[in-house]
Amino acid sequence: MTDKADVRAGRLDGEKIASNFGDMHPPLTPSEAIIDADRCYFCYDAPCTTACPTGIDIPGFIQKIRSGNIKGSAHTILSENIMGGMCARVCPTEVLCEEACVRNTHEDRPVRIGMLQRYATDPIFEAGTPLFERAPATGRKVAVVGGGPAGLSCAHRLAMLGHAVTVFEPKEKLGGLNEYGIAAYKTPDDFAAREVEYILSIGGIDVRTGLALGKDLSLADLRKDFDAVFLGFGLAGVNGLGLEGEQLEGVANAVDYIATLRQAPDKTSLPVGRRVVVIGGGMTAIDIAVQSKALGAQEVTMVYRRGQENMNASGYEQEFAQIRGVSLRLWSKPRKLLVNSGRVCGVEFESTQVPGETYTLEADMVFKAIGQKILWERLAETAQILDLQKDRILVDEERRTSLRGVWAGGDCVAGGEDLTVSAVQDGKLAAISIDHFLKDNGLRSA
Amino acid sequence: MADLTTTFLGIKSPNPFWLASAPPTDKAYNVNRAFEAGWGGAVWKTLGEDPPIVNVNGPRYGAIHGNDRRVLGFNNIELITDRPLGVNLQEIRQIKRDWPDRALIVSVMLPMNEQSWAKYIPMIEDTGADGFELNFGCPHGMSERGMGSAVGQVPEYIQQCAEWAKKFARVPVIVKLTPNITNILPAAKAAKAGGADAVSLINTLNSIMRVDYDSLTIYPSTDGKGSHGGYCGPAVKPIALHMVAEIARSRETRGLPISGIGGITDWRDAVDFLALGASTVQVCTAAMVYGFKIIDDLVDGLGNYLDTKGFASVGELVGKAVPSVTDWQYLNLNHVDKAFIDQELCIKCGRCHIVCEDTSHQAITATVNGARHFEVIDAECVGCNLCVSVCPVESCITMRPMTSGTDPRTGRAITSVKADWTTHPNNPGRKNA
Repeated sequence: MTDKADVRAGRLDGEKIASNFGDMHPPLTPSEAIIDADRCYFCYDAPCTTACPTGIDIPGFIQKIRSGNIKGSAHTILSENIMGGMCARVCPTEVLCEEACVRNTHEDRPVRIGMLQRYATDPIFEAGTPLFERAPATGRKVAVVGGGPAGLSCAHRLAMLGHAVTVFEPKEKLGGLNEYGIAAYKTPDDFAAREVEYILSIGGIDVRTGLALGKDLSLADLRKDFDAVFLGFGLAGVNGLGLEGEQLEGVANAVDYIATLRQAPDKTSLPVGRRVVVIGGGMTAIDIAVQSKALGAQEVTMVYRRGQENMNASGYEQEFAQIRGVSLRLWSKPRKLLVNSGRVCGVEFESTQVPGETYTLEADMVFKAIGQKILWERLAETAQILDLQKDRILVDEERRTSLRGVWAGGDCVAGGEDLTVSAVQDGKLAAISIDHFLKDNGLRSA
Repeated sequence: MADLTTTFLGIKSPNPFWLASAPPTDKAYNVNRAFEAGWGGAVWKTLGEDPPIVNVNGPRYGAIHGNDRRVLGFNNIELITDRPLGVNLQEIRQIKRDWPDRALIVSVMLPMNEQSWAKYIPMIEDTGADGFELNFGCPHGMSERGMGSAVGQVPEYIQQCAEWAKKFARVPVIVKLTPNITNILPAAKAAKAGGADAVSLINTLNSIMRVDYDSLTIYPSTDGKGSHGGYCGPAVKPIALHMVAEIARSRETRGLPISGIGGITDWRDAVDFLALGASTVQVCTAAMVYGFKIIDDLVDGLGNYLDTKGFASVGELVGKAVPSVTDWQYLNLNHVDKAFIDQELCIKCGRCHIVCEDTSHQAITATVNGARHFEVIDAECVGCNLCVSVCPVESCITMRPMTSGTDPRTGRAITSVKADWTTHPNNPGRKNA
């Protein structure tokens, strides 16, 4: 063990950092877009559309790119998925629409649907082109708890339908994981904030930041003050390793450091260890591992308790991490955090295949990325009155909770896929259900 | 490899591929490059009387593109040569001297008076050119002056001009026909009656490409105005093939040598024209889109094809498909085809289903037992070939003739006895069988 932990900022110069955090996939040029659009077969009952959690009419929007009707194409996308711009950047398309593309059958090369979706939507966000109008005001008020993808999607659809929406968000900025949780190289140029701005530009959405359910707000009050409530507060808690020393200096939650990374205007000021160990096998683990490398860490090792095929991160993401220089260690679980002068200096792992077999990885920083959870301890009131399933909120097909007048969606509901696109769909479906409920004057069972 | 040399009206060329009379054959420079590249012959761009005509100084060409910017259709408003006759004659003479083994035909367009033909035909023939092609086809510009398609649309004029050309020429005369008519046969008959040795077809079709979506003017335009031009390229090939086949199979015109023109881009297009009765083919658009190098594939591809089919020469292919072209009334109404989808090749795009469902006979499934599966329902399939036409995978859907049993759609037994409309009970004018 080396004596001194090597953690410092400025391992790389500004130019290198800017390049490492630059756009992961630069946008398509018009000729690239036309060529790719031309590869779409305009399938009947298209498998790509079926595979899209928000059901975007993919052949339809691609046809509009072909015909030069870019505004119409964006409308086709955003009318099903108001976060179609972000989803074009962060969706694991390789396991969703692009996996379903019939071009895979004989060519093993799908139409680049995600890239085309970005091509169609980028001009709308750049110019702020309004595509949606509000229906006449209904006089009904809806509270949306949480300003992440689920909440914003729900708020936008409700606003379109003429309802007055108030979004409550504990953090300073809206956007949820789009703003605080996604790797910077996936969404450069402050895209998340620009998308939020576009969503709010429809009007009729009142934003109240710095207010958290369970602390500043109670569900009972919200139900009293509003005609309907949507809960989309996500997962504020992080799973622990259950090991001694998790509070040690040098041990951090991946989500926290990803948020710091995203919010840092100058990434050369961010400290990173020479040797970094990331524990976990999901997207968060990939994001922190790749970004640690991008900040200049020499050795970044992702350690996962099972095999590559079991990882929540897609094969494409795993490969991406490896190309960026991240090493994968599989079938290992952490057994002990090693300490030196009050700081973490390594992790001892045990094989999950050969019990008792151990090895040690030296580390200047250790990131925990083994999943997130709802902080129920802060939401005792809510936990008491809502039916739960596996510690998440139980909802039906319309995203109705067990409590009349309360809907929920996004990462905080049971059975979710922890994807932006699924959260957007939850918000949209809940808004449509809320609209029916409000227009039936609450007579419909909810 | 099969022998590609061609003798057309006694004019020899090393292969049947000639450059059509058009911009690529306007100058010795271009024709020289074409012959170096391997083209079998060239029809020199149309000569007229001196002083030469003038061209616009704006766009002469427009195109229809596929989404990958491949040119599918092409149009032009360029007139006949705008260079002095003397310059052209000198260059034609030089080219023929330099390339004695290539076919060199000169296209001419002259007004409707005998003196012009008497004056210019011998003058042009003196260059040593192998033959004449009479341009009765250009639908733009020259037609406003009573030439080009203005002649080609009136059989009597065709015959008259052909007679004059034959009267003053010793070398063969080919009449180039315009497709801007309702029936090609009267024009072909008139050429034959006028003594023409052969016909070539088609010239271009009257066309406007599109409008400019910003200015809402015709596109392309010269200073805000445009004029209809001649349409050519792959898009017109089917029209040309029909007209060639009509001349090849009609009692009054069969046997008249044909030089086929219209959208030939690769060797398969040439096979179409040759099998339907042309003995040589002429190419312009493909050369103007890709350059002269395409001759490599034309020659090589045709040679390999002839070898595969066991033909020793181009001549053996000529007219092979003509007997298969007939009138609708003679089609065998007892023949039954059903579409068949090869599930191994199917990529499940569903295009066959939706076009059949929306626009035809509801004869292709979308799901079977709840799973996405595209399969022909024989009891509904009329054998229309729509699914074959739209399927993006080559050979995935094929038409299969029924040879026995009962057609599940009509309940009628399959028979090898032929029966057509001429004897069909629903035909009020039927002949007794």
